[in-house]
Amino acid sequence: MFDPQLVKLFGDGILETLYMTLVSTAISYLLGLPIGVLLTTSAPDGISPRPVLYRTLDVVVNILRSVPFLILMVCVQGLTRFLVGTTIGSTAVIPPLVIAAAPYVGRMVEGSLKEVDHGVIEAAQSMGATAFQIITRVLLPESTPSLLNGAAIVTTTILSYSAMAGALGGGGLGAIAINYGYHRFQPDMMWIAVVLLVLLVQLIQAVGDRLVVKSDKRRR
Amino acid sequence: MEAREMIAIRGLTKTFGTGSDAVTALRDIDLSIRAGEIFGIIGLSGAGKSTLVRCMNYLEHPTEGSVTVDGKKLGALNKTELLNARRGIGMIFQQFNLLMQKTALENICFPLEIAGVSRKDARARARELLKLVDLEDRENAYPAQLSGGQKQRVAIARALAPSPKVLLCDEATSALDPTTTRSILSLLKEINRTLGITIVVITHEMSVIEEICDRVAIIDHSRIAEAGDVSDIFMNPKTDIARKLLYASGRLGEEVLGERCLRIIFDGTQTSSPVICDMVLECGAPVNILFADTKTIEGKMHGYTLIQLPENRELGDKMKKYLDLHGVQYLEEAYHV
Repeated sequence: MFDPQLVKLFGDGILETLYMTLVSTAISYLLGLPIGVLLTTSAPDGISPRPVLYRTLDVVVNILRSVPFLILMVCVQGLTRFLVGTTIGSTAVIPPLVIAAAPYVGRMVEGSLKEVDHGVIEAAQSMGATAFQIITRVLLPESTPSLLNGAAIVTTTILSYSAMAGALGGGGLGAIAINYGYHRFQPDMMWIAVVLLVLLVQLIQAVGDRLVVKSDKRRR
Repeated sequence: MEAREMIAIRGLTKTFGTGSDAVTALRDIDLSIRAGEIFGIIGLSGAGKSTLVRCMNYLEHPTEGSVTVDGKKLGALNKTELLNARRGIGMIFQQFNLLMQKTALENICFPLEIAGVSRKDARARARELLKLVDLEDRENAYPAQLSGGQKQRVAIARALAPSPKVLLCDEATSALDPTTTRSILSLLKEINRTLGITIVVITHEMSVIEEICDRVAIIDHSRIAEAGDVSDIFMNPKTDIARKLLYASGRLGEEVLGERCLRIIFDGTQTSSPVICDMVLECGAPVNILFADTKTIEGKMHGYTLIQLPENRELGDKMKKYLDLHGVQYLEEAYHV
């Protein structure tokens, strides 16, 4: 059980999984946060309605979100090869993960920003705040707890996608589970990988929950 | 003698939606609010008063007509000018609308910081205002830690931070209990007196108007039904809606008044003689007292008693004569409330 080879195998698996997950989450937020902000502000009831922009974003996000992740991975292989130089390994999973997760992040952010009470936005408008000031000083700070909550959900979702990518040449714990459990009929190895994945999800969610509570000034 | 006009509204109409879905919230509104006064706008919910107050800072753009605040025609301003103009028009709300993730002090700093005031100066000014609203010791409290009245005080301080000339109050006391309402109203009155800020109060409660307003406009079905000095309207309401609002505040409710009703008005000038009692003794017939109320408007006692005269017409005329003779003001009423 504590065979150094095994420890190294699973240790590397954990690191690879965290690497894929965290890097993809970071890039997904870099792209998804502005998408979510634009979806909120350009909506018909947003602070600066832009119907064409809103419809376009809405449709693009829906299309990307409706492609199953494994199929999306295959679809964007050309792009992955162009960006990373290969389509196998942990780094090669990042482009498809980001393409799948950024629209998802956009929707999560949109949901969080829409929770901000319209009255507070109206108050800011009555004080002469610009649309940009409302985004940076009202929408984002007021929805921080909800955004963090969404980030925990997004991170765990990306983690599970990264494990799925193990079936198509990705790395990490998912690859271990599939290679040993499915291709080599070693269910014990698969179960270890599964337990480690569960623990990682628990850990991420727990950190997320803590941050949410800490950041929320509404319940003191 | 006529004070300067602070807010001028001319021919304002506001329609929401287009075509067959169009709903007209306001129709042909003309209003003139003087600098330094407390002006009330009262109406039942859905009458259009919230839309009207939002036209005063162009949160809602009128479909027709013009709004001029402090000499600036809001409709003629470009985007940046409008944002600047809004800094001269503070606003407070029924639900306070504070930033929930910011402390009281940070909330008050908000309008200053978005106007480009340095953090240090903003904080100094915010502390001054906290003192004005009597919350010096709560500067680090978050809104969730404050009571409704305290939240509204923070909201008032926040609205006053950029030194506006006008303060718009949209049902500012409707979410508060009667005691807190009174303390917020007296704070508004004090602000009006000491800072000379013109205050516009939107409410559905006559008692709020009576407590602090100099003049009032009654809005009903998207139009202004009646406007004038509060004491005039209280003493002599001309429209049904005015009576309805007056009696609603007197808790008469939807009761139906019968015929032969007289409203005897006391404006504080009568002697302390028991007028109605004397009249009953003199005429030798009883009257039915339906309702009575006294109110203090701008420090003066006003009151009225609704009585129903006896069925006998002669007796009724005799009573009216008695009242005439003794210089008691009265109005004949025969309407449904």
